[in-house]
Amino acid sequence: MLDHSFTGMGFISVGLMGVVLLVILLPIVYRGAQAYIFTETIEHRRFQNEKFQRGDAQELAEEYRAVKAARLPVYEAIEKFEAKKREWPKDKKREFRSELKAVKKALHHLLGPAPGEKTPVLMRQQFGQTRWDRAQVKLHEVLYREDWVEDPTGQTKELVQVFVPRVDLFKGTELEPMFEYTEKNVELMLRPKLTFYWQFLIDRSYDAHFFGGIGPEVRGTLLLTLGAIVFAIPFGIIAAIYLCEYAKPSKTVHVLRSCINTLAGVPSIVFGLFGLAFFLNTLKLTESKSVLAGSMTLSLMILPTIIRASEEAIMAVPFAYKEASMGLGAGKWRTICKVILPAALPGILTGIVLSMGRAAGETAPIIFTAAVSVGDKLPLTEAFFAPSQALPWNIYNLCSEHEAVDSIRHVQYGMVFTLIAMVLLLNMLAIVFRARLHSKTKGV
Amino acid sequence: MSTQKLTKDFIFDNKKTHLSFKDFSVYYGDFQAVKGVSGAFPEKTVTAIIGPSGCGKSTLLRSINRMNDLIPVCHTSGSMIYEGLDIYGERMDVVKLRQRIGMVFQKPNAFPKSIFDNIAYGPRLMGIKNKAELNEIVEKSLTQAAIWDEVKDRLHKNALGMSGGQQQRLCLARALAVEPDILLMDEPTSALDPKATAKIEDLICELKEKYTIVIVTHNMQQAARISDLTAFMYEGNMVEFDTTDKIFTNPSMKQTEEYITGRFG
Ligand SMILES: Nc1ncnc2c1ncn2[C@@H]1O[C@H](COP(=O)(O)OP(=O)(O)OP(=O)(O)O)[C@@H](O)[C@H]1O
Ligand SMILES: [Mg+2]
Repeated sequence: MLDHSFTGMGFISVGLMGVVLLVILLPIVYRGAQAYIFTETIEHRRFQNEKFQRGDAQELAEEYRAVKAARLPVYEAIEKFEAKKREWPKDKKREFRSELKAVKKALHHLLGPAPGEKTPVLMRQQFGQTRWDRAQVKLHEVLYREDWVEDPTGQTKELVQVFVPRVDLFKGTELEPMFEYTEKNVELMLRPKLTFYWQFLIDRSYDAHFFGGIGPEVRGTLLLTLGAIVFAIPFGIIAAIYLCEYAKPSKTVHVLRSCINTLAGVPSIVFGLFGLAFFLNTLKLTESKSVLAGSMTLSLMILPTIIRASEEAIMAVPFAYKEASMGLGAGKWRTICKVILPAALPGILTGIVLSMGRAAGETAPIIFTAAVSVGDKLPLTEAFFAPSQALPWNIYNLCSEHEAVDSIRHVQYGMVFTLIAMVLLLNMLAIVFRARLHSKTKGV
Repeated sequence: MSTQKLTKDFIFDNKKTHLSFKDFSVYYGDFQAVKGVSGAFPEKTVTAIIGPSGCGKSTLLRSINRMNDLIPVCHTSGSMIYEGLDIYGERMDVVKLRQRIGMVFQKPNAFPKSIFDNIAYGPRLMGIKNKAELNEIVEKSLTQAAIWDEVKDRLHKNALGMSGGQQQRLCLARALAVEPDILLMDEPTSALDPKATAKIEDLICELKEKYTIVIVTHNMQQAARISDLTAFMYEGNMVEFDTTDKIFTNPSMKQTEEYITGRFG
């Protein structure tokens, strides 16, 4: 009876975990993948060609000519309207001034600068919408004015949002046909095309992530993780060997073990502050934040985990191996290097990979020690001594501090997706590697 | 009860003494597991150590090549002399000692490495790196352990893929690869089936031409079959140490007789 209820509970909790994972992961994967696979517009191709020299420039120019032709009636209608407007009485002019301005602004968002307009300073204003899904939103802005009015049904006292068709506002003017034309021909004006933009992973970003990819963030994350592992592995394994093989069981060792276990549970922000205080302020490792300081801080954070995993793996090695090795005249050090460590390797590796995943994803330790929201792309030799972008920090930064969060949702999701994929990939690699080691050490 | 009758170095078959011990005791902390035993192992003979469980057979055997050093609470008194040197003396090089006095354990303990690497482990420790030389040693040791034919096609496969009996012979070959003088075996066949046991027993009889062998066994027939000398231990004492013939046909101690005839133990 008890057995059954335990099995039941087990199933329920595993199922619950699965559901939670699905609920969290599916939207992230679905929306994150849209940073890579999406319907691009001609503006995206134009941007790619201008900034990254991708695609056939000549073909693009031709296509753009056709696009321009399709857009022309829009601008002509505006011109006609403006010409007519000059003849209007003053108060009628004023009535339409702000309306016209709103239409022109929405069109600018959708299609980029109008012909003959002076090139804007901000890059995001130099191009129209690069993504078809965003273009739909902007098209809606062209077609409708957003108003807040009192609830017409009178049920609530709150204001409700209504969309007023701009066609109605410009009824009877030269501009009226433009709205229908735009709605009908927006595809010709933007030329949507499904694309696989894998370079999102390596491209630098332009204008606060409005354009380009997340290359520097990915690179920064890799560097930080790599650095953390490089520092933590030797210390971790040596400490584990000392604790298992050399330290005589005593009070001091016992206390040392408890300390290590406690450190494993210390909140990561504490490590971050320690890293700032110790590596940057006291040791003055580098002048400012740097990948070096960040990865050292991360390595401190994951060290206890690595020590513990390695210790467990070493202790799980059968005593018989040790006996056999010593019995053949091997010294302690040889026995450790040649027999114990190889046999413990799968376990140690698991610990390392798990902590790699943790190092890759932690934000708090790098806030004060390594991360910046924008940085230069430096050669590898210099990159370690300079601050860097990193996925976890930039995800946080984009969500909390970006001025146009809504326009770059895909980048946020793309970053989250990429980070998760990186960690999953690492784990997968570890599993495969472990399995291979396992079959190597267990015969078959 | 007098148990210290055999303190004299006795001569067997005119063979010279290879290793001798006198008033030798082993302690685990306060517990005395081996109580002041004395005796000697003549060269190129098989000596069996028998006795009921827990009487200190393994403890005595393991202290011969100082494997007990691995147990922190373990310490010894008395002397254990090998080629004129006290094994527990200051000048003893434990690494060399263990190369000269090899050991085969109760359970096969092949490393999770290839068969080749298992055998080459000892020679490599001694600094042999030459591939041809290693090949030669591996073949020779495996042949000596009568397993060469079975494994010659899979030298680079993992040793743990072999059967228990094969693994035990591999462990024997591994011990032989460093060319020891003395082979210590602690119940080497207890984990094996009768067929594999017979193979190991045949091997022991062949190997005694070259090596001094000390074997701990629970199997009385085995001791009678393969050993020249037999030591009977009881509760840490060496009750009787004599030729196997004598022990099994006409033991001088009553306890020995009782044990051999199966009345206790
Ligand atoms: N590591 C140890 N620590 C403490 N006591 C031990 C240890 N190893 C063995 N002993 C004790 O020493 C005594 C002799 O043990 P030993 O293993 O030598 O017996 P044995 O004759 O080999 O027995 P068996 O036939 O069961 O292998 C036993 O009482 C055992 O409990
Ligand atoms: Mg034993």
